[in-house]
Amino acid sequence: MFSSRNGFWPALPALVLLFAFFLFPVVRMLGFSVEGGTFDWYAKALGQGLYIRVLWNTFEIALLVTLFCLLLGYPLGFLMATTTPGWATLGFIFVLLPLWTSVLVRTYAWMVLLGRNGVFNRLLVEYGITSDPIPMLHNFTGVLIGMVHVLLPYMVLPIYGAVRKVDPAIPAAAAGLGASSWRIFWRIWLPLTLNGVFAGCVLVFILSLGFYITPALLGGGRVIMIAVLIEQQVREALNWPFAAALSAVLLVATFLVYTIAQRFSQPEPAR
Amino acid sequence: MSRRLLIAACALIYFFLMLPLLVVFPISLSSAPYMQFPPPGFSWQWYERYLDDPQWIDATWRSLYIGSGTAVLALALGVPLAFALVRGKFFGRTILDRVALAPIIVPHIIFAVAVYGLFAKLKLIGTWYGLVIGHTVLALPFVVLVIAAGLRDFDRSLEQAAEGLGASRWQTLAKVTLPLLRPSLVSAGLLAFISSFDEVVVALFLAGANMTLPKKMFDNIMMEIDPTIAAVSVMQILLVSVVLVLIGRFGRGLKDSAR
Repeated sequence: MFSSRNGFWPALPALVLLFAFFLFPVVRMLGFSVEGGTFDWYAKALGQGLYIRVLWNTFEIALLVTLFCLLLGYPLGFLMATTTPGWATLGFIFVLLPLWTSVLVRTYAWMVLLGRNGVFNRLLVEYGITSDPIPMLHNFTGVLIGMVHVLLPYMVLPIYGAVRKVDPAIPAAAAGLGASSWRIFWRIWLPLTLNGVFAGCVLVFILSLGFYITPALLGGGRVIMIAVLIEQQVREALNWPFAAALSAVLLVATFLVYTIAQRFSQPEPAR
Repeated sequence: MSRRLLIAACALIYFFLMLPLLVVFPISLSSAPYMQFPPPGFSWQWYERYLDDPQWIDATWRSLYIGSGTAVLALALGVPLAFALVRGKFFGRTILDRVALAPIIVPHIIFAVAVYGLFAKLKLIGTWYGLVIGHTVLALPFVVLVIAAGLRDFDRSLEQAAEGLGASRWQTLAKVTLPLLRPSLVSAGLLAFISSFDEVVVALFLAGANMTLPKKMFDNIMMEIDPTIAAVSVMQILLVSVVLVLIGRFGRGLKDSAR
């Protein structure tokens, strides 16, 4: 099986690294959660009100982030795929530049924008729209805005790819037959690009579930997502078994979404 | 009509995407002693403060060489792996494919905590090579994706021609295959470098007292909102832009790799 003829051996060094420093440490840590042969830590993670709230928060935020990314990402991906190459390149730069800017830089900028004395609140007060600053940082809204911003490019790129694959003759034919733009969108574009929409949603949702930096900084300790809870358990409470149980829950949720998505994603339509 | 509506909506969404970048630039040049927007005047003080602070400079150097080490190691391991995945015919190849991409899917916080537990035992916390190992695991899938895409589009008749003319397998690899793959290699290496240079979560756990640039930034943001961060941010944005231009110029286009 491992003869040199079948081309396996070049994979070996990387495989050693992945086993020694990825699979082994992860499995080793997950093992802590059932130390002593009990499932008490799982009962705590899934049964205590405080922690159920954290799980629910995480799920709710991931769902909303996915929804907003879809609402903002579809128009962008669609426009980039249907415009002239020059504009498309400019569009790509505007999507990729934030994508490649450190999450930290972007999160910092949102703190500047959303803070109590931040840019938005100053403008709102100055123009008399509100008399007191609106709390936008260290709460649900702040985390949501920051995460949508970070994850939006991951939605745009698959949708762009899906729109590009549609034969432009189909919507053109519909238009020639007198269909309105809305009808063309609902009956042609959307059904034909569902694959891309689905891929983008799954990617954004999975990334949201395990997101750490943005909730840690923009949540200000008030919006606890599961990744933040795991970090606290390890670094502050030094409670490895509980952190391991939470990690297992997060991992199972992530793989569940991933597997279901693989099952339901249709094979590429033949052209 | 509806096209115009779409363009207007997209202009707003692009504004949302670019807004953080647009805010960071003016703040980094502010003359105010604390965070204030719009800035009351112009000054280089935050850049000077960054350059005069040995902690920031140390962190920057450390991030640069950890990023370079990650790029080298990820290429050294990832390129052969991509060859095996694309050209190999062995039992369990599809499983190996999943394993190679798993570091993207497993949430970073889980990997960070797990490897922190292991490295604490092995006394690797705070070492630069410990971080290079951690970052290489995360960079490996990107290298594999980019190189595998390059290999799939590869015209193998060129290799057959070289071998037909009497070149050994190693000569073919060194003189034909790798030079032809150079755009993919450049992109993969630079991607691995950036992914390490920007990485926070693993560094948060593994860096210990030896700060990387993102860890130093994270700690600073946690403590106070100091405009020095804005200056550091601008430099980071410029560095990443330079790398992206390099990829566009010498690498395989990002658009091609996305397909």
